[in-house]
Amino acid sequence: MTTFLQQLVNGLSLGSIYALIALGYTMVYGVLRLINFAHGDVYMVGAYVGYYLSRKLQGKEPSLPNAILVMMGAMAACAIFGLIIERLAYRPVRKASRLTLLITAIGVSLFIENAAQLVFGADPKFFPSLAPRADFIVAGVRLTSEQITVIAVSFLLMILLRFFIQKTRTGKAMRAVSFNLDAAKLMGISTDRIIATTFAVGSALAAAAGVLIGMQIPKIDPLMGILYGLKAFVAAVLGGIGNVPGAVLGGLLIGTSEVMVVGYLSSTYRDAIAFGILILVLILRPQGILGRVTKEKV
Amino acid sequence: MKSGLRTGLVAAGTVALLLVLNSLFTGSLVSGVAMPPYILQVICLAGINIILAVSLNLINGFTGQFSIGHAGFMAIGAYASAYVTVAWGDRFRGATSFLPEFARDGALLLFSLAVGALLAAIAGFFVGVPSLRLRGDYLAIVTLGFGEIIRVFILNIDAVGGARGYSGIPKLANFFWIYLFAAITVVVVSRTVKSSFGRTLIAIREDEIAAEAMGVDTTRSKVISFVLSSALAGIGGGLFGHYLMYLHTNSFTFIKSIEIIIMIVIGGLGSITGSVLGAMLFIALTEGLREFSQYRMVLFSLLLIIIMIVRPQGILGHLEFRQFFGRRRRLDAPTPPAIT
Repeated sequence: MTTFLQQLVNGLSLGSIYALIALGYTMVYGVLRLINFAHGDVYMVGAYVGYYLSRKLQGKEPSLPNAILVMMGAMAACAIFGLIIERLAYRPVRKASRLTLLITAIGVSLFIENAAQLVFGADPKFFPSLAPRADFIVAGVRLTSEQITVIAVSFLLMILLRFFIQKTRTGKAMRAVSFNLDAAKLMGISTDRIIATTFAVGSALAAAAGVLIGMQIPKIDPLMGILYGLKAFVAAVLGGIGNVPGAVLGGLLIGTSEVMVVGYLSSTYRDAIAFGILILVLILRPQGILGRVTKEKV
Repeated sequence: MKSGLRTGLVAAGTVALLLVLNSLFTGSLVSGVAMPPYILQVICLAGINIILAVSLNLINGFTGQFSIGHAGFMAIGAYASAYVTVAWGDRFRGATSFLPEFARDGALLLFSLAVGALLAAIAGFFVGVPSLRLRGDYLAIVTLGFGEIIRVFILNIDAVGGARGYSGIPKLANFFWIYLFAAITVVVVSRTVKSSFGRTLIAIREDEIAAEAMGVDTTRSKVISFVLSSALAGIGGGLFGHYLMYLHTNSFTFIKSIEIIIMIVIGGLGSITGSVLGAMLFIALTEGLREFSQYRMVLFSLLLIIIMIVRPQGILGHLEFRQFFGRRRRLDAPTPPAIT
């Protein structure tokens, strides 16, 4: 039982990372119907920005304000990065077919990965510790301070996002665009601005995930975004793509099942489980757990 | 009957020409005249790339579905056919001892390629059925995931070398076999596309809902096209293994799939001659930029984005080579419709 609880905690902390990345996928898919392949790489860039920022702050003691500063910095940098990607690569082809958009997304992803190998170096870097760390033992389950931070920060961000989408005018406009882009435009919503905002918010969340993973698994490399991105995408599909609470649920489920498979079966299946789940979802419930069936219209 | 005779003559002529070229390149026709081995290898790898690009174009260009796991099917074909020749080769040679030496090698190669193609086709069926039922971009993600899984799976099979790589594969493939199969692939794909079945594929690409309304069983058509494409990729993989005599899962990563996509995107999605051109251009660029290999993928990915923004239909678009140069001069060729 203790082992199970321990695995559950580990799974939840990994799952919150997936959930944060999945949110970006699902939001962009919601407004543009595009699988933003470059999203996983934005997460990687977030981790690197965090790495360089914390190197700048080194020499000082690890402290909470520093950690917050690093997190904020990485989120801001990636929000701008997301805006640039949208403006330079996706906006020119937005009117073109979905296949064109998809190939562009793959191109952007490849470009970021390969450029990152040149800029940051292909060898992995080690994330310095940001905050003082401690372990807590609750009912035989070891909780590291990193795990607590990851789960707490993720949930804080998700609640903020929920508030943003449900209560603010921009959030309302975002939901309108995702419901029907053309109708939203006719209602006087500046769809270009809303789509750009969606990219900025999604990228900032991915950057937060990047910094959080840097604190938890301190090794980062330019290709780390591929696998995390894919699994987060599977999480978004599992929860119902385009559905915000679904992305969180999917992320937590994927993270937990991955940790459980490693714990109880074998670590060689670690990366296969997400795709196994994906195939099952596509066969049994293609709209995802919380997704609604949408009829495609002419 | 008459057209049957003509087809037969063209086929026999092609085989004869390839045989002559093969012996010329290897230096056995005219002594002292031979292609430098490095150039010959580049030409042969270009031929394998043609097989892969043309077969991927069937699903990506003509059917309008997007697969990014072609290297996975190539890997299945490569490992399965290599395993056949390595493990069963001696027994096969024994059973066919009545044949002369070169025919025995050829028969063994054909047999192993058939096994590879079959297994790749079966894998294509199991990947295609769940993902092609749905509209949208799921095929992209499923094939991507599948490509990686199959690679990790092969990496863990000790009988085919695992992480050490699979060595000791006899060199059965050469210029002749590679270009013979490249020609066969081009013929199979262009005949498929021109058939009534091929028109259902193009209908799906242009408008899936309209195609369905016209009575096309879209899922069935998509799955058949995907299975055929996977089988051809399996053949390409089998030739790859029997040409290089060594296989390693690193040759079949996601990057390989992307490279094949770059070839068909450069050449034009939905153009067979375009894919051939794209495959040759790609290998020429790769070899030409060998000194700058670290910038290679950066350049290719930028090229991909720029092509999508400036000319999303690729160099030839939907047109074949002859149409592209022929029609344009006489009357303004209609702009090829966007791929949807």
